[in-house]
Amino acid sequence: MSTRDRKVLIEIDGVSKHFGEGDTRVDALRQVSLDIRSGEVVALLGPSGSGKTTLLNVIGCIVEPAAGRLTIDGEDVYNGRWLRGDLRRLRLDKIGFIFQFHNLLPFLDTTDNVALVLELAGKTRRQARERAVELLEYLEIGHRRDAMPAQLSGGEAQRVAIARALANNPRIILADEPTAALDSKRAGIVMDLLRKLAAEQDACIIAVTHDEKIFDRFDHIFHLRDGRLNGNGGEDGAATG
Amino acid sequence: MNLAYRDVRHNLFRFLLTCFGLSLLMAVVLSMIGIYNGLVVDALTIARAPGADVWVVEEGTRGPFAEASRIPADTRESVARLHGVTAAGSVTYQTAEADFAGGKLRLYVVGHEPGRPGAPKDLVAGRPIARSHYELVADTRTKLELGDRLRLGRNSFQVVGLVRNHVNSGGDPAVYITLSDAQTLQFELAPPAARLRIARGGSVEGTDTVNAVIARVDPNISADAVADTVRRWKHLAAMSQAGQENLLTRSVVDRARRQIGLFMAILLTVSAVVIALIIYTMTMEKLKQIATLKLIGAPDRTIVGLIVQQALALGGIGWAFGLGVVMLVKDYFPRRVVLEPENALVLAGIIAAVCILASGLGVRAALKIDPATALGG
Repeated sequence: MSTRDRKVLIEIDGVSKHFGEGDTRVDALRQVSLDIRSGEVVALLGPSGSGKTTLLNVIGCIVEPAAGRLTIDGEDVYNGRWLRGDLRRLRLDKIGFIFQFHNLLPFLDTTDNVALVLELAGKTRRQARERAVELLEYLEIGHRRDAMPAQLSGGEAQRVAIARALANNPRIILADEPTAALDSKRAGIVMDLLRKLAAEQDACIIAVTHDEKIFDRFDHIFHLRDGRLNGNGGEDGAATG
Repeated sequence: MNLAYRDVRHNLFRFLLTCFGLSLLMAVVLSMIGIYNGLVVDALTIARAPGADVWVVEEGTRGPFAEASRIPADTRESVARLHGVTAAGSVTYQTAEADFAGGKLRLYVVGHEPGRPGAPKDLVAGRPIARSHYELVADTRTKLELGDRLRLGRNSFQVVGLVRNHVNSGGDPAVYITLSDAQTLQFELAPPAARLRIARGGSVEGTDTVNAVIARVDPNISADAVADTVRRWKHLAAMSQAGQENLLTRSVVDRARRQIGLFMAILLTVSAVVIALIIYTMTMEKLKQIATLKLIGAPDRTIVGLIVQQALALGGIGWAFGLGVVMLVKDYFPRRVVLEPENALVLAGIIAAVCILASGLGVRAALKIDPATALGG
């Protein structure tokens, strides 16, 4: 299937966002437009303060834009205002997050960290744990299913975080510096894994990263500078800035 | 999955240590309640001990416990002759100090007429006073044992019986002796000048006075009616047992009740502040985890539940530990500590309300946290 045939999962049209007013006003995003299709693995690059994290937060429905339109998996989510009241439910069902420092809950063991999002989505405890163990096995971390986060290595913890992000079969996975805490070998393994998952689950992955050693694992790399977006001229040239 | 329980289990030692600290505060609150109850019970025990229906005291006084009262001993015969009175007895109450086991023993000496109302009931050991002189029945708090001898005034008394929990509102344990011995003791304890005047016959009142006369009334006759009759006599006042108990709790114990009540209110306020601070600190330590929960889609009720359940667990465990501590040490208090189940339950209710209110600060901080906080380092 060519990229053109794939469904657009994220449609960002003329999104702007600023913080502060007057002299202290900072334009974090200026008229950003971007389409991301299923199966794509996309990187957001840019210097500090360029708006990468803000864009990630807008796509994750964490930060409200000032203007523009946002569509997720075919559903209009923002058009001058939020169109859904239950954004947390939207995140729970459609978006998975992978953090720089895994952010596993320290008081839950590996399995329950993954099972939690399934229980929040309405699965029974038994169903949630079964699915969590299945995911951990798939990510080759099943042998650490009873370990507490503090007992895991960086790579193991990041794989558990990925399992958690994937638990509800989200269509969109947002990753903030997913390999920053890993050595180059493990970073490569994690990125290969994400690529594989994106292909298998027909999801898209958007990662904010500075990690040059994993640039070759992305389908598209978009550069942000002063809140403006420029694509790398990938297959579809989806970005306009 | 109960996140509050998991978080507590993860930091169990610290949580239990916090609960223990809080439990000491709860123990003080419960002790205060127990001491107040003990104060009331102690005050009433002495008044209830004779099993009286009517108390006859000196006119214009609220004796014999709230105020001093002194009436002629022969009043008893007049009272005994009243219609409906089945038995009457004279009693005296005085505080005395005696040397015992190398220390001073402060005693509440009750004089009564053996065979008449006024004798202590429910002896836990020994027998009632059988001889007319130099025998006494003591409360177990005196640490006296059967057969011990105790010097009161110029005479030595032998302990023949023991009662439990007979103390006055000041906490002094009671000893029961015969009325005549009590009158002698009263005379011996009077200031020397007064004693000399009495010995010369110069005093208006002799030594044959008592503090009160108590009467038992036929169940078919109203005690208030008997008291009304006595009130018509000159120089005497009368009140029913209910009136006497009401007087004791209102006038004798009231100030202590208000003082302890105020102290309890302060302690509960301190507890509320401590709980609020603990919960707030616990929440602040978890802000990034709470932001993560929000980010992965946890609804507010999950986050509020995490905080409120921990607050309630903290209060509940603190309350239970506190109750345990009080139950363990209450017998070592110098004053009687009486804790009724309803006292503990009411405090549990108050603590639950305090915990819910106190967790409001933590809940507010948690709900304000931006889920974006979870992103980045």
